[in-house]
Amino acid sequence: MELYLYIALFAPLVSSLFSALFTATPKKMFTGVVASGLIISALVSSIVLLVHILNGGGVVHVELMTWMETGDLYIPFGFVVDEVSVTMMMVVTLVSSVVHVYSVGYMDHDKGFNRFFSYLSAFVFSMMVLVMSDNFAGLFIGWEGVGLCSWLLIGFWYHKESATWAANEAFIMNRIADLGMLIGLFLIYWHTGTLQYTEAFAAMPSLNTEIVTWIGIFLFIGAMGKSAQFPLHTWLADAMEGPTPVSALIHAATMVTAGVYLVVRSSPLFDLIPHVGLFIASLGAFVALFAASMALVNRDMKRIIAYSTLSQLGYMFVAAGLGAYWVALFHLMAHAFFKALLFLGAGNVMHAMHDELDPFKMGGLKKPMKWTFIMMTLASVALAGIYPFAGFFSKDLILEVAFVEHHFILYTVLLFTAGLTAFYSFRLVALIFHGEERYKLFGVHPHEAYKFMLIGMSPLLLLAIIAGSFKMTYFEMVTALLPATEYHIHSHLTFWIMTIGTQLFVGLSILYAYKKYANSSITVPNGTSKMENSFVYKMLFNQYYIPYLYQEYFVKPYRELSTVFWEQVDMKIVDASVDGIAGIVYGTGEKTRAMQSGNLSTMLKWMVAGTVGLLSLAVVFGLAARYSGEIKTILSGLGV
Amino acid sequence: MEIGLNHYLALSAILFSIGLVGVMRRKNLLLLFLATEILLNSVNIAFAAISHYYGDLTGQMFAFFVIAIAASEVAVGLGLLIVWHKRHGNIDLDTMSTMRG
Repeated sequence: MELYLYIALFAPLVSSLFSALFTATPKKMFTGVVASGLIISALVSSIVLLVHILNGGGVVHVELMTWMETGDLYIPFGFVVDEVSVTMMMVVTLVSSVVHVYSVGYMDHDKGFNRFFSYLSAFVFSMMVLVMSDNFAGLFIGWEGVGLCSWLLIGFWYHKESATWAANEAFIMNRIADLGMLIGLFLIYWHTGTLQYTEAFAAMPSLNTEIVTWIGIFLFIGAMGKSAQFPLHTWLADAMEGPTPVSALIHAATMVTAGVYLVVRSSPLFDLIPHVGLFIASLGAFVALFAASMALVNRDMKRIIAYSTLSQLGYMFVAAGLGAYWVALFHLMAHAFFKALLFLGAGNVMHAMHDELDPFKMGGLKKPMKWTFIMMTLASVALAGIYPFAGFFSKDLILEVAFVEHHFILYTVLLFTAGLTAFYSFRLVALIFHGEERYKLFGVHPHEAYKFMLIGMSPLLLLAIIAGSFKMTYFEMVTALLPATEYHIHSHLTFWIMTIGTQLFVGLSILYAYKKYANSSITVPNGTSKMENSFVYKMLFNQYYIPYLYQEYFVKPYRELSTVFWEQVDMKIVDASVDGIAGIVYGTGEKTRAMQSGNLSTMLKWMVAGTVGLLSLAVVFGLAARYSGEIKTILSGLGV
Repeated sequence: MEIGLNHYLALSAILFSIGLVGVMRRKNLLLLFLATEILLNSVNIAFAAISHYYGDLTGQMFAFFVIAIAASEVAVGLGLLIVWHKRHGNIDLDTMSTMRG
């Protein structure tokens, strides 16, 4: 089994290094093929490991080598495949395999084809390190690795100002959160003396509650950055500047869920501090609603899906915060499938529409793009949580968790958000695929994506439909490690009312979205309609003015402070002293060059002067040495 | 008055100063060599005097070495001087500034 672990871990690394060899050369099809093949081999290994775990084969744990060993500190490069990490490995390798195959088609005409695969595989490797590590230090390495690859990939089209800006924003926001995470890790090491998961969690219950609370808070700050929770959420929507397969892999399915994974992985820690858990759940519910509201009015296809991701991450944090870790992980998995599918579908649409992102300029695309239409509709149905698609099982479960735990406010917020989710998902579908063929006004001739891209997407479609049926198998597997709490509503009547009620509510939202946006009277908004001038619309469209506030109150003061430091400190103190030293050297050189006149007579005079000087020094030192005793007495008499 | 070590050393110092002034002031290369000879011989006097004073022959031996080296130095120096004079027609120090930076 260890062999499979190594293949799953290192195949992406090999793939990345291989593609990296050709980054400076024109597009080579075989880099894409080899990279995809290696990632698929990682997928196969993950499947073998999953089967091994499912058959009760036990946890696979290897220690590759010692990483750090000084004093009491011992951190190995250790990797573990247990019930939780194998779930994540499956999600990561499956989605990344699909995305790799898809990218062969999507990046077909891009100059950076080889470079793209190098970055993408490097991301998969980092993500595998993150999920497979058996200690916090390894997790942190993976954590930073995915951050770096995310930066590289968001800014992949680095000639675009907006892309580099978005990449930097994502990276800096994550750095802020990573500081919190790092403090959390320091606290763990300081108080438990180890960073290994098992040992650290075993030592937690004996610690002071206050310390455990701080550890929990700081780890969660790290999770907030990676999972783009409020108030560090702005980077996710801007990260959509990257190529669409990147959005599907990194900013929907895997990296942004790393925060949820961290909370799930630290479940023994968060079990000790239910008050922090409640905070996490409340923040999650807030973000779910907050992000969904912004998705309602946005006019950028990818941003709508990004807000939807944000909203679903909120759901996951509600589940994780309330202690239903397996539910969070289950929703993470299901969400990864249908959200990646949705993004890849959006990528097809973008290709067909020549990078047009405004769904109001599309319409009626179901005819030329039949398969993309079917896939995106089914993915949206799964996202909305209609029975029997994956979203129903995972998202309704979170609602039930909130209900069973008697957090009715959270429940109401989540239920309302479920309606919003359905509405904005189908607003998007209706605008893109139904109604008048508005794209004709812009002279676009849409075409369906390559066949192999559609075939490559099909595993996601299949899983988006059937993932819910694995619920019990999954539950039995993962609860070997996580608390096995089943969330059943005791009264049958309540259960049915809730389920059917939710379904009806969601269904009505979908119908309303279709009614409003699928008709032929939709035109491209020009900012004159009554709705567009309403306060609420403006607020939502400008993302509650939060990016504006950040710009005004953080970026600008910081820039001014930097200018002051640049002009006052750097220019006047640092630069001035360095320039001053150089000036002294130049000045003395300028003054003394007259000595080198080339005149022998002058030189001889200088030679004599030098000799006299040296001789006098010798005399002075000689005298000082001879009369050192007396000199000391005189000096001590002077009180020196 | 008996002539003692100090007198020799004083003579040596006076000669050395004369030589030093000569080295600094003379503009004629030939006279510069003469000044150098005065410097070397002032030191020789001091060597011989101190050697005699301590009854140790090392100093006098050293004086012989200095004479030998001075002789060879003058031989080489005069050779160069003659070549210089043939080329440039003078031996004025102020005109020898080809090493000017």
